[in-house]
Amino acid sequence: MTIKVLAIDDSRTIRSLVQKVMEDAGFECTLADDGVQGVTRFKENPPDVVITDINMPNMDGYGVISAIRGGSLHRNVPILVLTTESAPHLKAKARDAGATGWIVKPFDDVAIVSVVRRVTGARA
Amino acid sequence: MSAQSSIRDMFFEESEELLEALAEGLAQMNAGNHDDETVNAVFRAVHSIKGGAGAFKLTALVAFAHRFETVLDEMRGHRIAIDSSNLQVLQRSADHLADLVEDARTESDASSVQTEGFLVALDACLGASPGAVVSEPDEPFSFAALSLDLSDIAMPAEAAGQHFRIEFRPHAGLYANGHDPALLIATLADLGDVEVELDLSRLPDLPDYDPAKPSLSWRIRLKSEVEETVVQDVFEFVEGLCDLDIKREVVEAVSEPAPQPPMPADEVVVAVERTDLARPAPVTPKEEGDGAGLTESRGPKPTLRVDLDRVDRLINAVGELIINQSMIAQRVQELRLATDADVVTHVEDYRLLARDIQEAVMAIRAQPVKPLFQRMSRIVREAADSTGKSARLVTHGEGTEVDKTVVERLADPLTHMIRNAVDHGLESLEGRIAAGKDPCGTIHLSAAHRSGAVIITIRDDGAGLNRRKILEIAKKKNLVSQDAELNDAETDALLFLPGFSTASTISNLSGRGVGLDVVRNAVAALGGPVSIASNPGQGTEFTISLPLTLAVLDGMVVSVAGQVMVIPITAILETIRPGVNDLHIVGTNEQLLSIRGKFIPVVDVAKGLGFTRPANHPEPKTLLLVETEKQGQCALIVDRVFDQRQVVIKGLDTNYGAVPGVSAATVLGDGQIALILDPDAIANNRVLPLAEARTAAKLNEERKLAVA
Repeated sequence: MTIKVLAIDDSRTIRSLVQKVMEDAGFECTLADDGVQGVTRFKENPPDVVITDINMPNMDGYGVISAIRGGSLHRNVPILVLTTESAPHLKAKARDAGATGWIVKPFDDVAIVSVVRRVTGARA
Repeated sequence: MSAQSSIRDMFFEESEELLEALAEGLAQMNAGNHDDETVNAVFRAVHSIKGGAGAFKLTALVAFAHRFETVLDEMRGHRIAIDSSNLQVLQRSADHLADLVEDARTESDASSVQTEGFLVALDACLGASPGAVVSEPDEPFSFAALSLDLSDIAMPAEAAGQHFRIEFRPHAGLYANGHDPALLIATLADLGDVEVELDLSRLPDLPDYDPAKPSLSWRIRLKSEVEETVVQDVFEFVEGLCDLDIKREVVEAVSEPAPQPPMPADEVVVAVERTDLARPAPVTPKEEGDGAGLTESRGPKPTLRVDLDRVDRLINAVGELIINQSMIAQRVQELRLATDADVVTHVEDYRLLARDIQEAVMAIRAQPVKPLFQRMSRIVREAADSTGKSARLVTHGEGTEVDKTVVERLADPLTHMIRNAVDHGLESLEGRIAAGKDPCGTIHLSAAHRSGAVIITIRDDGAGLNRRKILEIAKKKNLVSQDAELNDAETDALLFLPGFSTASTISNLSGRGVGLDVVRNAVAALGGPVSIASNPGQGTEFTISLPLTLAVLDGMVVSVAGQVMVIPITAILETIRPGVNDLHIVGTNEQLLSIRGKFIPVVDVAKGLGFTRPANHPEPKTLLLVETEKQGQCALIVDRVFDQRQVVIKGLDTNYGAVPGVSAATVLGDGQIALILDPDAIANNRVLPLAEARTAAKLNEERKLAVA
């Protein structure tokens, strides 16, 4: 079964990069421009994994995590945080908020795919 | 184009938008708006540029954006003040960031030499915040490699060698965060042979069982030659969400296999920090959760990105539609039906619909002048800096929309005029103080729609034009005769003459031998005149008037030597039927029109284009008074004026090349091809190079080629 990825980022560049990498890896990728749209997409078509940016207008990445984790359906879906922040306290914050893992930007194609595989159990 | 390079293009396109958002946000902060959302938006703009730049390994850009972002982060955390000196640093840093983006796009490093200076200024801002820590984006925090490349790792494990004993007891939070112990164990299995033992000892008896409380744990034995950190990395994301104990054991063997080398740093795939998470962080960031509210939606309106070529194809098709509509209208008119006949009303509806479609399609190409205006505040800052003046830019009507091409081609002339306004328009600092003015000069830049045109004005509150000096210089440079007596408007117009410069020393700003004549020509190329108004002591105002679109034109349809031609309405001041006494012959062939006490040169369009009227052709009687850029007013002789109508401009350049005196062509309602005349060129070269007896037949043939 094809892994469905939902990528949420306000940067068009990053969204397209994630989409390209995910699709090249054989995953299905849906995009959202900000947290609010991300949560809407999540409900419309529940993905197998969410990749979200932190700094976004309207609703940030923490908002996305708490909306998903606080929801009733698919609340335990893996959520990966895509962040330029490598500071440990920010990772701890992401984890405390309920993130499954994180990917530090600039990300490496192989890395992001392997992390997605790792948290979804998808085999190469 | 590869996907990578198209995403790269997208990055630069997006960066332009982010730089605009940055400029906009800074302008708001400058205006005293320091609310969290404004500062956050500024932060996000820089942050997103940094994020994208990182993806393309634009290190210079990333490094600078990072420091810039650090300052903004301190500001949004209220740890450093948003005062005027810090804002100034931010604005210049934004300018520099724009330069670095441009450098990255053109793959140059022209601006990088200045980076150090800006970094120092940014650091100085941080200096005010004792708690601030500037971290380098690539600071050597401990990377550990994690790779699932099986070819590297899945070596057949020797009976002897390295083992890991792992005790793993998940907490509830591990499950809540979307982790699955089975996946973690599967990841371990990728590193080598695993033996897994499920520990049920903590499973309570059924009456006490609580499914929300995790009670399972696992003991895993992994036989693998990987570094211990690689095993730890498998549990990177679950640190703190489980009890974890990893012990490494080495079983000595007779021949020890060579240990696996650690992954080289450039294969780092997930950055991991071995920092104790319990340790308090040096900087306590402001809670970022404030963006979680749904109430604020300053996000952009939903948009659809369309290739410009497609829009232009659409515009072209609509042009054909308009032509088709006018052809049908003309045919119907020729039928001389009653005005209330069904077909007549339908044709009228068709005309209105076609007009609506045309306007809607043109609106697609329309863009607000805002980004262009925003760029100008930088020009004002730079010009003020290098002249030692103090100046600010105030803009009005930023939302005014103009055709994309017009916006693009307006950038250069506008830049020049803004520089001029600061450089020549504003007085020196001392001069302003002496005149009792605000030491900081103001440049007003405004845009507005007025009767089918866009009016752009650039107004300074400087000393106004020194007309005596202008006349003096013009005389010195032999631009006017020594005894010329000019009125104010004529004197002001001297500024537009080629080679005119009022600055006594050529400054590096508006000098360089480029004068207002270049501005005037650039604006004229867009179809608009430039005018000046000036009040001594109060300032100078330049006004540019531009057509809303470059695709259609209101024209007057005339006939010249049997040819139907179109003259742009904007150029025509009035239509005159001169009396016998109004025309005066001067010299051999020159004619002058006397009108309201003035003499105006008369140009025969037919002669100018090289047509010969047949011998029996009635003497032409109609004059069109036109305003030209270089010759002032001029009267064009045409044979007959038909009507005024909107025509769709069909360029000749691609099919035929530039024709002197002719700016383009169009197709009229009856299917006839008509040339659109350039009154300026006709007035300038009273006899054009193509005046060698060109027959109408030959011209017709050429036109068919051109419009095909």
